[in-house]
Amino acid sequence: MTVRVLILSLMLFAAPVSAQAPPQQPPPKPAATDEFVPVDRPMSAQETIPAPRLVAIAYGFIWVVLFGYVWSVRSRLASVERELQTVSKRVGSGGR
Amino acid sequence: MKKLFVPLSVVSAAMFLYAPFMILDAPYESTMGLVQKIFYFHASCGMAMFAAAFASGIGSAVFLFTRKPAADRLAVAGAELTSIIGLLVLVTGPLWARKAWGVWWQWDARLTSTLVMWMIFNAYLLLRRYGGPGSDRLAAAVALFGMANVPFVYWSVNVWRTLHPKTSVIPSLQPGMRGPFWFCVVAFLLLFALLLSLRMELEKRRQQLDELYLAAEGD
Repeated sequence: MTVRVLILSLMLFAAPVSAQAPPQQPPPKPAATDEFVPVDRPMSAQETIPAPRLVAIAYGFIWVVLFGYVWSVRSRLASVERELQTVSKRVGSGGR
Repeated sequence: MKKLFVPLSVVSAAMFLYAPFMILDAPYESTMGLVQKIFYFHASCGMAMFAAAFASGIGSAVFLFTRKPAADRLAVAGAELTSIIGLLVLVTGPLWARKAWGVWWQWDARLTSTLVMWMIFNAYLLLRRYGGPGSDRLAAAVALFGMANVPFVYWSVNVWRTLHPKTSVIPSLQPGMRGPFWFCVVAFLLLFALLLSLRMELEKRRQQLDELYLAAEGD
């Protein structure tokens, strides 16, 4: 009798647990892209996020940063050249 | 290089003006559509970033063993370019990812290792600016660590599971995509070489200025 009660209580305990926690596998992650497949036109129906804006921002950012960097190096170079001339004159005139 | 600087700058500018037309003519990718066109500049920037990291690492290694000022100039110029071009890679990548993956960022091996590498070279620049006397040798060691990261960043997509396209996309590019891509790579590598030379010239002038100040103090 005791064994029956024990088995019954175990079954009652185990049933909801197994019902609540079925063995779940993690959802498969999409695989990395191995190669790009070209098509003739973009699939505009799938374009829910505005791709043109993202592409324009990406290319615009690259152009702006590169122009900015070239300008920065040029101006730093000009500033150092000016300072070089000033110090050269000072050294040439005996530090006066 | 000084004689070639102006003609090469003109060639580089012409290539950058022509590149968008080639990219516009390139076919759309089947699953990503228009946003995949970011790839042409993004991957080219990545290659230029690797070249800059190698320049800084090699310059640092030579500087550590020989103490040659020219090697130090190469290291500084390379580190600054790694930081600038790395910024381009780290900004254009998420713009592409937002559309292709639905998220701006994934903490996967490629993206995280690229960010770490970029931070190492920024640490190098901060060390050079605020480290005080002797920071040049310490910074050179940091640049060596940064350069050691390059193969790790490159192979990370093949070794770990990631959403980022694998390295196999480049050798498997279709003819319509291959031409514009390699054109952009050459344009970016040429621009990188020109900027490296310009930045090294700036560093050379700074070293001359420091020597002059020392001479002036000696008088």
